[in-house]
Amino acid sequence: MTSVRATEARAAEAPPFATGSSDSVAWQRRHLLDLDDFTVDELELVMQTADTMKEVLSREVPRVPALRGTTILTLFYENSTRTRSSFELAGKVLGADVINIAASSSSVAKGESLVDTVKTLQAVGADVIIMRHSRSGAPYLAARVVESSIINAGDGLHAHPTQALLDLHTMRASFGSVRGRKVVIVGDALHSRVARSNLWSLTALGAEVTLCAPPTLIPRGLDAGEGTLPPVHVDTDLDRAIEGADVVMALRMQLERMNGGFVPGMREYSRMYQVNASRLARAKPGALVLHPGPMNEGVEISHEVAHGLQSHVEEQVANGVAVRMAVLWLVTQHGRRRAATETE
Amino acid sequence: MLDSVIMSPDDVRRAVMRIAHEIVEHNRGTDGLVFVGMRTRGVPLAQRIASAIYAFEGVAVPVGTLDIGLYRDDLSRRGAAVNIQPSDLPDITGKRVILVDDVLYTGRTVRAALDALIDYGRPERILLAVLVDRGHRELPIRADFVGKNIPTARNDDVQVRLEESDGDEYVRVAGVAGAEVSR
Repeated sequence: MTSVRATEARAAEAPPFATGSSDSVAWQRRHLLDLDDFTVDELELVMQTADTMKEVLSREVPRVPALRGTTILTLFYENSTRTRSSFELAGKVLGADVINIAASSSSVAKGESLVDTVKTLQAVGADVIIMRHSRSGAPYLAARVVESSIINAGDGLHAHPTQALLDLHTMRASFGSVRGRKVVIVGDALHSRVARSNLWSLTALGAEVTLCAPPTLIPRGLDAGEGTLPPVHVDTDLDRAIEGADVVMALRMQLERMNGGFVPGMREYSRMYQVNASRLARAKPGALVLHPGPMNEGVEISHEVAHGLQSHVEEQVANGVAVRMAVLWLVTQHGRRRAATETE
Repeated sequence: MLDSVIMSPDDVRRAVMRIAHEIVEHNRGTDGLVFVGMRTRGVPLAQRIASAIYAFEGVAVPVGTLDIGLYRDDLSRRGAAVNIQPSDLPDITGKRVILVDDVLYTGRTVRAALDALIDYGRPERILLAVLVDRGHRELPIRADFVGKNIPTARNDDVQVRLEESDGDEYVRVAGVAGAEVSR
């Protein structure tokens, strides 16, 4: 009898584990277009799912049959290395078939419209279309005309949700919740879909976000009145803005877009806004340095910082695969559950 | 509509205790044993069996947790949760793995668990322990250690609740055709 009591006591002392709260968070999304309407619960679900995917990636043979029989197409109208290959790898680890389509080598080059192209891809059997387009809003148009899941891999100046999710994941891996953490996003926010998506997710989770750039590179819509972006602090002085930061996110200076007289010159810009060692010293000790890549070393970030101890750029890339696996899993589960209830 | 409690907390405790003894007897000791609880309720059951063995053998058998969300086939995924959590397994290669779950029904969940386990290593053997076997197998799978066999109709709902995961403890059958169920 005593041994039984001991058993019970030990069982009661067992560490807490996940309770049967399965599906307590409803996931209703077939598409991932932006994070502007994401709830805290949805962001948490993506993060938690990405943790599971990280475990899969850590295995000797990182491959599970979760999306066996699912066809994923990547449709990129703009160049990309890390995003496209990261999605491709994510799909393959989950057992899906992944086909890459570069717009330059497809019928798009013959003048096919976006709507016709995505309808064709759906007819071919695409369950998921991962899309990058130079026009803001293009994935929204695609999502309206097809049944396939559309994942926005970057549209114009508008949004890049999976990048913001992997940034969030990288921050959480370092210090847990981002609530109350000071995040400084520095650089060409005007042309940055990465910055815009990050503003939504970070403010939703209670981070203190400061956008730092020359006045010409600050996007409009940050005023409470306009409300097209969440309200955040704006500072044009990096030395002041970086003070006490937990995270410093440098944005790529989009040299190809710099013909509009936004900055007097690259040397001037880097003198004022480059994330370098002396500026980073003003942030909190051990502050994370992030960059969505590709980096212009010597322009928005110094070589030393880009490859220094505080740089988490490579970790961002690695987390990108886990986060994109999570997104692929979630959007396809929605489709499957719908299909299942229809056949019942 | 019949709704009956089949196992009380005491019944569950005795079943867990018996399974623990059966496992040690069957294995002739605890050498090479590893418990793997299937999320969600297989995890506290595996921990209980392990602590029971610790109480009478003085050996702490490692306990892992397995989430099979990424291994389900389409049928059992019907209405399934999108929530998946990381698995956490000790080294299982060359070990005698006791897979633990609350209810054995069609066998599809166990099939998925076997696929998942084999991705983690090559156990010497895999045995299955369940609190309840309710029948209606759709695959050639059987349990090696069973807490209680409960004859059920297909449309019966077998509810297992455990203190650790649910804050309550019982096994109940709710259903229209549960009248033949005996204690």
